Amino acid sequence: MAEINIEHNETEEQQGTDWSGGNEPFKASYGKLMMWYFLLSDAFTFAGFLIAYGALRFSNANWPEPDFVFRTAPFTTNDNLPLIFVTFMSFLLIISSVTMVRGVQEGHRNNISGTAFWMLLTIIGGLGFLSCQAWEWNNLINVEGMTALTNPFSRHDQSGTYASESDLLEAGFVKKTAVVADVDDDEKSQYPPATYFLPPNTEDIAVNRYFVKRNHHQLHAGDHGDASHGDGDHHGTNMAGETFDAGDPYLITYDGATQAYELGAFKYNNAGSDDGYRGYKNEAFGPKAFGGLFFFITGFHGFHVFSGVAFLTVIMINVMSGLYLKANNGHEMVEKIGLYWHFVDLVWVFVFLAFYLL
Amino acid sequence: MADTGTITAPQKYNEETLIEELGYDDHFHDHHHGDKYQSSFIFHYIFSMDHKMIARQFLITGMFWAVIGGLMSLVFRLQLGFPEESMAWLKPILGGWITVNEAGIGTLAPEFYYALVTMHGTIIVFFVLTAGLSGTFSNLLIPLQLGARDMASPFLNMLSYWFFFSAGVVMFLSLFLSTGPFSGGWTAYPPLSALPQASTGSGAGMTMWSFSMVLFVVSVLLGGINYITTVLNLRTKGMSLWRMPLTIWAFFVTAIIGLLSFPVLVSGILLLILDRELGTSFYLSEIFIGGSALDHVGGSPILYQHLFWFLGHPEVYIIILPAMGIVSEVLSVHARKPIFGYKAMVYSILAIAFLSFIVWAHHMFMSGVNPFISNFFVIFTLIIAVPSAVKVFNWIATLFGGNIRFTAACLFGIGFVSMFISGGLTGIFLGNSAIDVQLHDTYFVVAHFHIVMGIAAFFGMYAGVYHWFPKMYGRLMNETLGRIHFWGTLVGAYAIFWPMHYIGMAGVPRRYYSFDNFQAFAHFDMINKFITVAAIIVFALQVLFLINFFYSIWNGKKLTTKNPWKASTLEWTTPINPGHGNWPGRIPTVQRWPYDYGKGGNDYISQITPEQEWEREYDEAH
Repeated sequence: MAEINIEHNETEEQQGTDWSGGNEPFKASYGKLMMWYFLLSDAFTFAGFLIAYGALRFSNANWPEPDFVFRTAPFTTNDNLPLIFVTFMSFLLIISSVTMVRGVQEGHRNNISGTAFWMLLTIIGGLGFLSCQAWEWNNLINVEGMTALTNPFSRHDQSGTYASESDLLEAGFVKKTAVVADVDDDEKSQYPPATYFLPPNTEDIAVNRYFVKRNHHQLHAGDHGDASHGDGDHHGTNMAGETFDAGDPYLITYDGATQAYELGAFKYNNAGSDDGYRGYKNEAFGPKAFGGLFFFITGFHGFHVFSGVAFLTVIMINVMSGLYLKANNGHEMVEKIGLYWHFVDLVWVFVFLAFYLL
Repeated sequence: MADTGTITAPQKYNEETLIEELGYDDHFHDHHHGDKYQSSFIFHYIFSMDHKMIARQFLITGMFWAVIGGLMSLVFRLQLGFPEESMAWLKPILGGWITVNEAGIGTLAPEFYYALVTMHGTIIVFFVLTAGLSGTFSNLLIPLQLGARDMASPFLNMLSYWFFFSAGVVMFLSLFLSTGPFSGGWTAYPPLSALPQASTGSGAGMTMWSFSMVLFVVSVLLGGINYITTVLNLRTKGMSLWRMPLTIWAFFVTAIIGLLSFPVLVSGILLLILDRELGTSFYLSEIFIGGSALDHVGGSPILYQHLFWFLGHPEVYIIILPAMGIVSEVLSVHARKPIFGYKAMVYSILAIAFLSFIVWAHHMFMSGVNPFISNFFVIFTLIIAVPSAVKVFNWIATLFGGNIRFTAACLFGIGFVSMFISGGLTGIFLGNSAIDVQLHDTYFVVAHFHIVMGIAAFFGMYAGVYHWFPKMYGRLMNETLGRIHFWGTLVGAYAIFWPMHYIGMAGVPRRYYSFDNFQAFAHFDMINKFITVAAIIVFALQVLFLINFFYSIWNGKKLTTKNPWKASTLEWTTPINPGHGNWPGRIPTVQRWPYDYGKGGNDYISQITPEQEWEREYDEAH
């Protein structure tokens, strides 16, 4: 033993900078570091989605106007409340980050009841956000007719309204009715004639027939005693002779700049309609990707919120059991789930920006 | 040689004493008596949380996949080299994929040819050269070379292997579908991958492919998060970043690249799954099948290519960087010289990693990318040649004048450098968008990437296996067989891929099932036959390696010393068969950088040996 020079001179590196080994250079435990790196990779997943969103959005000439798409709110029939509801949702989520911070703070103080209380508020905030999202999805799917495959919100004018019947009549459109095609005689009674509009000075052929989109309120107008929209509009055929149901998103849009009414999204009609129409048609519904992107990206974010709520609940129960008090590391687990929660909030800011503001 | 003065020469130190005196006690063994994870067969060999066992699991699973992937390449090489020969003899194995006509002539179904090419690529790139290479050696070496008891989270490490295993199971099952595995190329471009009706393999085969890839990415991320955290937090005392062996630098940077690029692949694949299963239009636009239009409008197939190659290009560095790290270490040890330009090696790894993220569109020059954007990608692609050349120069300089021991490990290291130069140079051709117009999707590309990231990465892996086999199993592999394996593979690999450059320059496109209808390519018959024969011989040599490997696990020459290669890094200070926790007592502390070979006349000085006075004079003199 004696031959060994134990008192070797310590080099700079051994004297222990943070990086010289044997300690934690970021003063953070491995678990916290892992959470950070997981969040980094998750950020890249979201970045991939949002970049896909941007790429598709800017390769389409038309894109739905958020002020028009997200203009409804629960508990009111007023359907001109742009972004009011989503503002409330976002507020809930942001506030839940504040309560999370308080939870982490109480965790550092080893205050079990305080930590659990603030975590509970955070969970409530998260659940509130999820409930709002559920209402929003339900409204978009069942009332507005938007799905992952369809986008009823085609382009519309700057003021955010679709052309109404009176707009059309004012612009010189002619209102007409036609018997629904492709219906057996014995079912005719169930399908009253459909109302359509012809642009000024055009021949009355299928390709020129325009149907007004009906939204939720118009659809049920009869229930509210509004006689201006008859039952006759609930079924009809589009220009290509295909049948459609009430609420199907066939729309006429009005371009405020050119004062022209236009129809978006067409498909290729291979078989040819009764009028012999064959070939491409204009886009009727704006970019389809809008619905897919919206549901997928907000859904992916919602799944993160849901997972966060689940983890928060488990960790809150563990906090109350005193488990982390024994570990004596200032409730680090609360801090880790807090990191995740703030990340989910931060991602929402970007999702919100992409879908609701831009 | 410097004056050693009155100080005792370092090689007289006893390693046990050094660890005992200079090491520190982390009370590991107080807490882990009778560790339950080591006690039963299931927890020791199957659901093991010991990084050394997980490394061996990755390696052997990787070998399994390498055999499958290699055999697939032989089948499609037979089709390419001998299209007129009967394949009826393969009927018992390939079943319905071989149609035997009345005359008894068996033909390989074209759909299956594409499935073979696709699966060969997927399996070798992801399962063998990502999981099998980085998974094996990161797991084995990061804790051992850093002086850690295990990974930061052994549990996540175990999950990482089992996600990889599950990904493999799904992919393996897809081989047995009646419609066959996915057959649209390993890059899975839409619309072939997005429309189930596009080809036979695009149905269930593609569904399983995408599911398998998502599982695989989970495995990579769990592993990568663990590697990064371990390198940052679990280094032993004295192991500063600048004292880490280059292997660790390489694994560390590889894990970072994987962490940042694989999630984007998941984004891409999830959107692809939606297009397939729900009918959304992210990647599809205006598609006609059988004369009728599909419902998809407004998507962009180029978008998928961007998302894919944002992973896809860093992926080639995920494959090659660990091989580079292994080769740096192996060459230095076996040349008995310090690695030349240690810091330059580290900076070039970092530079390559950074550049790998901004060159992805050089795979898309012919996809209709704006030519002005191509300029950007051309420039950065060519800049990658600079750090790559720095590394090549340093390897050669390390070997130069060294007292080289031509062991199998060292030979494979040298072979790696050779392959990397040959394949790297053709990369400069392909990186030019103008030249790529001619060479894109020809056999020139096939030759390029097989040499530079296929064969080269395999060579790095073999160097690592021969070098660290003693650490894994406490025995040595047979050197003679190893050298036969090396020389045969080196010559054979060049025999396979060198001629491909010529047929590629002549314009022969890759992925074609048959060239019967192309009179211009008829005179390449003999080259194709030659390549196929060479491929069969090379595959046979890999079987030789497998025999050597598995025979040596049980019957190889037993190690008599802890440090058979006389290497200075920490893993050789552990017992011959290290148990859970790696060091039986204290953890050694690190006193110096890892490449003190031939210093002051000493063959090597272990990293745990304190710096001596004579060294200071020596360092000043040199």
